[in-house]
Amino acid sequence: MSVQVAVAVAMFIGVVAYAVLGGADFGSGFWDLTAGDAHRGAAVRTLVDHSIGPVWEANHVWLIYVMVFWWTAFPRPFAAVMTTLYLPIVLALLGIVLRGAGFAFRKYAGSLRQAQLFGVVFAASSLIAPFFLGVVAGAVASGRVPAAGYGPPLASWAHPTPLLAGVLAVALCSFLAGVFLTADAARAGDQALSERLRTGSLAVAFGAGAVVLLALVPVSRDAPTLTDGLTGRAAPLVLLSTGAGLGTVWALLRRHHTLARGAAVVAVVAVVTGWGVAQYPWLLVDEVTIAAGAGAPRTLAALLVVVAVAAVLVLPPLLYLFALTQRQAARASH
Amino acid sequence: MALSLGWHIVLACFGVAFPAMIFVVHRRGLRRADPVALGLARRWSKVAAVLFAVGAVSGTVLSFEMGLLWPGLMGRFGDVLGLPFAFEGLSFFVEAIFLGIYLYGWDRLPPRLHLAALVPMAAAGVVGTFCVVSVNAWMNNPTGFRIVDGVVTDVDPWAAMFNDGVWLQFAHMWVAAFMVVGFLVSGVYAAGMLRGRRDAHHRLGFGVPFTFATVAALAQPLVGHLLGLRLAVTQPAKLAAFELALTTEERAPLRLGGVLVDGQVRWALTIPRLGSIIARNSLTAPVPGLDAVPPDQRPPVNLTHLAFQGMVGIGTLLALVAVVYWLARRLGRDLLSRRWFLAVAVAAGPLAVLALEAGWVATEVGRQPWTVWQVLRTQDAAGPGSWLWWSYAAAFMVYAGLSVGAFVVLRSMARRWRAGQEHLPSPYDPADPADPAEAAEAAESVGR
Ligand code: HDD
Ligand code: HEM
Ligand code: HEM
Repeated sequence: MSVQVAVAVAMFIGVVAYAVLGGADFGSGFWDLTAGDAHRGAAVRTLVDHSIGPVWEANHVWLIYVMVFWWTAFPRPFAAVMTTLYLPIVLALLGIVLRGAGFAFRKYAGSLRQAQLFGVVFAASSLIAPFFLGVVAGAVASGRVPAAGYGPPLASWAHPTPLLAGVLAVALCSFLAGVFLTADAARAGDQALSERLRTGSLAVAFGAGAVVLLALVPVSRDAPTLTDGLTGRAAPLVLLSTGAGLGTVWALLRRHHTLARGAAVVAVVAVVTGWGVAQYPWLLVDEVTIAAGAGAPRTLAALLVVVAVAAVLVLPPLLYLFALTQRQAARASH
Repeated sequence: MALSLGWHIVLACFGVAFPAMIFVVHRRGLRRADPVALGLARRWSKVAAVLFAVGAVSGTVLSFEMGLLWPGLMGRFGDVLGLPFAFEGLSFFVEAIFLGIYLYGWDRLPPRLHLAALVPMAAAGVVGTFCVVSVNAWMNNPTGFRIVDGVVTDVDPWAAMFNDGVWLQFAHMWVAAFMVVGFLVSGVYAAGMLRGRRDAHHRLGFGVPFTFATVAALAQPLVGHLLGLRLAVTQPAKLAAFELALTTEERAPLRLGGVLVDGQVRWALTIPRLGSIIARNSLTAPVPGLDAVPPDQRPPVNLTHLAFQGMVGIGTLLALVAVVYWLARRLGRDLLSRRWFLAVAVAAGPLAVLALEAGWVATEVGRQPWTVWQVLRTQDAAGPGSWLWWSYAAAFMVYAGLSVGAFVVLRSMARRWRAGQEHLPSPYDPADPADPAEAAEAAESVGR
């Protein structure tokens, strides 16, 4: 593997991690938004608070990791995307900012009125952010970012593939979060809440499946290179993702909540990895390859040092944090 | 960029300096089984949770803005200056993870382990400051690449990261963070004492951050002076603007205050010789003047000069405040019983923030018209201009909203603490098992 590809893989691992961890985070906003009024929704909102409270900041650093790697390793393609897709990027950014602040403020809000205001901001922006991040991914994947940048501000992304990618991102986030929260509620011993979330998650799963089916025809016309990849090299991953998605539904129906959680993660990892494999070796599809877009070799080598340091310094405490919060959730049920 | 940075940098200071202060009170609480200190640590950790969250989202904005606003810089030099950002990303990870562990760990983790979670946070603050300041120092002292026929080659990211300017600039910024947080936090408790709340809680809440701030305030003029000494060699145009020097002079005077109007220095208090002494450590060495700089490479003189002297003036004043307090204490006088001193202590926090902002303005505006000193002009670094103003207005509104939100939440936290509610149940959390009375109250507010 060339050093360029190695760095691209390291960066893409960040994308996958963000899709799973950040995705479950974002998706919890969907359940928060649809939980009902303060009385009915209190249980769901409390669960969301407990589930993502300790981890959301760490989950969200994956995005920064990706950004930093991108501009350091592939500076020119980075500038090209930024100057072309600035509208969806700014909107995603707005969503991210409002969501993080809304979440942190709500937790310590002084009155119900304040908490409701911050809560609505948190929940609504939780859907805006993944939608526009999906749009950006879709625009890159369908070959809409010119190598030299400065593509048309609207026409670069107002197309079926980017928009459907945005919808799909929201659906996947909601699905993932629904499965996670169902498991958390069951583990904390709240069967009624767990049942409510389970029904909702099944509905969202069918919705997400419908989006994928509806997207097939327009995307295959709109994004031929991506479609070739998805039906060719990435086909096993696409199949794996489909299988894992169906497996999640089955596990939910049988109330195997931990199994459902695992299968949902596999489904999302497989579909995102499938996108990456499908567009390889393109960085910006049909415009710039990984090798052509890469920056100076010594910088790429230095970035691999960063990856090694991260594996030693960041992963163990991150796993400890996850283990800690999960263990406590289990203990709280006794 | 300037707006986001000006806002982010204050919050970033909390990420850098606050963990160390929480560590001190928390350790004291454990060692002496002191409920006051432990209570303080618990409250500060909740304040930190809010401020870090806002700091994290504002930092995310910055990482996007780098590309949105400076494509000319990032596209050409991304692989030169990117490495410190990558390490900074690591330190954010460490900080966010251990913050999560620390906040979650109250009443759940063994006390020593829980306390230890603060250590990596403080360490990550050091590394993070170094890395981000390293980028700014690189813009002042660009190294680690060559330009051949307009193309950037021979990139050495390590040389760029450890450029000549980085150590002093890092030291200056790190110390500034302790000044800002120390004076702001001690100011909050000074305000409480002004209103007659003089219990052990307020005395400790004032004492610990003020001690940190004192050490920092005494170190800062020294570090700043060393930083200034380099300028005559590295960026004479900036030094000339700092000193309001129109012509190169030996035995240069120091001009306090004053502005340049129509090529004349007005309203300045001129002290002979002091300029050479301060800027060059010598009685006679010349201070470079603006006449040595081609007109199209001169920075905006007045803003640079006033920002610089504002920073130095405030820094000197704050160092004096700290000295006066500890001297009086040695002489057996407790200035905390004097209203005037408490008022000064309250003002010290905002003044330190002002000095911080002035410092960045001085170093950034003083570098104009260059974004990267003598390599890249600001106009070539920036993105397409037409929509910049709109994004600026939008960013301003978002920041105003965030500031108001943070203020409202922190104030309501303080109010509920004073009313004796220690655990701050969220209104969506009707069954906080920690305290049945609060749970009942919260349930009532949910049912309303
Ligand atoms: C004094 C040091 C300092 C300065 C000058 C800056 N930062 Fe910063 N930044 C920090 C010190 C810091 C920190 C203390 O490490 C923060 C604050 C809260 C946190 O978690 O980390 C942080 C947060 C933070 C984050 C979010 C990390 C997270 O989610 O936890 C990003 C992406 C940036 N910063 C990026 C920047 C950029 C691009 C800057 C300038 C161009 C910048 N920061 C200036
Ligand atoms: C350590 C972090 C940094 C801080 C705190 C900082 C601070 C500032 C401040 C306060 C200004 C305002 C000057 C003005 O009013 O014109 C400014 C301007 C500027 N900054 Fe930075 N800066 C930092 C790093 C960076 C980085 C990493 C970049 C490049 C990507 C950058 C690029 C610029 C440019 C090009 C300007 C000139 C803007 C103008 O003249 O309008 N700065 N910076
Ligand atoms: C009291 C004496 C002080 C002196 C002599 C001094 C000196 C300097 C000098 C010469 C610079 C410019 C460096 C450059 O552009 O290369 C600078 C920058 C700066 N100063 Fe100060 N300073 C002092 C106090 C303070 C205080 C009290 C603060 C904040 C609390 C502060 C914050 C800053 C910041 C944030 C910068 C820009 C970033 C950097 O260069 O690291 N300074 N200072």
